[in-house]
Amino acid sequence: MTTIYERRRSPASGLSRRELLKRGTVGAALVITGSAVISPDRAWGVETTALKPDTMATLIKLARDIYPHDTIPDRFYAIAVKGHDTKAGQDPAHKELIEVGIADLDARAGAGGYRGLGWEDDRVAILREIETTPFFQAVRGDLVVSFYNQKDLWPHFGYEGESFSKGGYINRGFDDIEWL
Amino acid sequence: MAAPYRLDDDSVVVIIGSGAGGGTLGNELAQKGIDVVILEAGARIEHEDFINDEWDSFAQLAWLDHRTTGGGWRVGKDFPNLPAWIVKAVGGTTTHWAGASLRIQEHEFKALTNYGKVEGANLLDWPITLADLEPYYAKAEDKMGVTRTNGIEGLPGNNNFKILKAGADKLGYKECHTGRMAINSADRDDRMSCQQTGFCFQGCKWGAKWSTLYTEIPKGEATGRLEVRPNAHVVKIEHDADGKVTNVVYADKDGKLQSQKARIVCVACNSIESPRLLLNSESARFPDGLANSSGQVGKNYMRHTTGSVYAVFEKPVHFYRGTTMAGIIQDEAGHDPSRGFVGGYEMETLALGVPFMAAFLDPGGWGRSFASAMDGYANTAGLWIVGEDMPQEQNAVKLHATLKDQHGMRIPDVWFTDHPNDIAMRNHAYKQGQALYEAVGAIRSFPTPPYPSTHNLGTNRMSEKAQDGVVNKWGQTHDIKNLFVSDGSQFTTGAAENPTLTIVSLAIRQADYIAEQMNAGSI
Repeated sequence: MTTIYERRRSPASGLSRRELLKRGTVGAALVITGSAVISPDRAWGVETTALKPDTMATLIKLARDIYPHDTIPDRFYAIAVKGHDTKAGQDPAHKELIEVGIADLDARAGAGGYRGLGWEDDRVAILREIETTPFFQAVRGDLVVSFYNQKDLWPHFGYEGESFSKGGYINRGFDDIEWL
Repeated sequence: MAAPYRLDDDSVVVIIGSGAGGGTLGNELAQKGIDVVILEAGARIEHEDFINDEWDSFAQLAWLDHRTTGGGWRVGKDFPNLPAWIVKAVGGTTTHWAGASLRIQEHEFKALTNYGKVEGANLLDWPITLADLEPYYAKAEDKMGVTRTNGIEGLPGNNNFKILKAGADKLGYKECHTGRMAINSADRDDRMSCQQTGFCFQGCKWGAKWSTLYTEIPKGEATGRLEVRPNAHVVKIEHDADGKVTNVVYADKDGKLQSQKARIVCVACNSIESPRLLLNSESARFPDGLANSSGQVGKNYMRHTTGSVYAVFEKPVHFYRGTTMAGIIQDEAGHDPSRGFVGGYEMETLALGVPFMAAFLDPGGWGRSFASAMDGYANTAGLWIVGEDMPQEQNAVKLHATLKDQHGMRIPDVWFTDHPNDIAMRNHAYKQGQALYEAVGAIRSFPTPPYPSTHNLGTNRMSEKAQDGVVNKWGQTHDIKNLFVSDGSQFTTGAAENPTLTIVSLAIRQADYIAEQMNAGSI
């Protein structure tokens, strides 16, 4: 299993801000260490078992470029793509599809790799070149469900989900529009 | 005899499918004292167990057996293995339907006469008229508790309806209201009223929306003359040397093949599985499949000209609250060729949750344009277009050349390409829908492509002459007297209206005919 874990904010564990900077990570960039991708504020991390952690970090970036919601934190994108690591562990063909696909993105991006391209527009230009490939289709096709089907994200969109247990909306605003 | 029935009981009427057609027909026959076995491919899931969650419910109810697609339609590209969004469960697609219950208009029964020959279309007049069906429409509306009929009040309008209505007023539309819905606006028929829960498509957990699952089927069962056998997936209908059908072969819940004898067989498996079953029932005597002397089995597949318009406003709408199909505009439903197409269309409100909005708003779409549309979700209103599409012979449910299911039967391959008339109608409807929302302040609107088909029609069509279609005006196959078709595949043309009310009305009428013919000893 690929695990996403919440990290305790303990100053004793992990890397210091200074160390992070020494490693060349800046701003909101994800940190790659051992077999994990860790958020810069170290509130969460994702442990990979089949894919390279670098690959996972790029997948997270790719997921945000596919469905860019600027006020949704990386954690939700990480949750959405972690299934690729699980699947890669069970299916060598899937592992190949993802690793080769990400390597191709890096190659197209040049020296700094895909994550090294600072502007979203430059990354999206690459994605437009590959949007019909099985790799992109597999990532996007999975993501449209694994991302938008997260209940924790529904409040962001103003969607309330299940309503039967609350008696529906008959007394909870089904006809409350006032601005018309 | 009383239910349950033995496999070798050859006195029973076997109905394949328990949805709007099969479930209604089963109850109607049982009420007349006729012994009925309904074989249902899916499981029996009672309404309390429905799930208020789009993907979980989809996994619980949808027909997900392997299917393929072909032709030029976008569904074939975006959802190559999901041509239709219909149900595999007791109650069939009446668990999932929205509830809109409209009569087909008089002129639509005579599409060929009134539209004239349309190039590339295989139009035909129905062998029945509105007048023939009116008494049965009245019975169906009463049975289903359709609002705005039989003195039943309309449903209250939700936010999505209020926006539709305001836009309709601005555009000068006159026929806009909260619909004729088979959803209780007050307690009726031992079922409670709509609680505006917003999950009509996921099965109504209150039972406020009519479904054969908790109306026709238990009523039929209470007579002791109806047995519903779930998890019984029919693979073949067999016949004797005289060409009469004799028994139905089905896979039971363990995948073991069983054979149920029958006096009469009624096929009601929706417009994809019904022709598939007839085609798969080929024999030395009927090498092209059962009831297919016309060659029309599986042809003329129709799915309504559909599409949606979603629009984002400055302020919140919360359109997912309340009845999914909460209102209708009927002004465009007439036949007015000056618009550049024949036939007409209805506009009906529709809402999706976030998960399905993401899947269906612009299938395959991504990037900032897509994501910002999703960010507008809470401020979104939406409507669905449902209009008459042209029957075309090459739009067809075929048997796949090589792929077979787990029982060795060839899987359905569903081909569809829009007719130019369909495209002209859809574009007109997109324009009207976008204008409607812009008239009430929409910031941005989206002409959303058709979803996988919910209205599957026409693949065993009704015709006066045996050479033009598969069944006669009673749904009895032209070729085999004791073989009937009892679902929407009978439709000669699609008309603009949601089809369920007509399917139910035809089933009530067919039950009368079957009972008469049985009494007369002619079948």
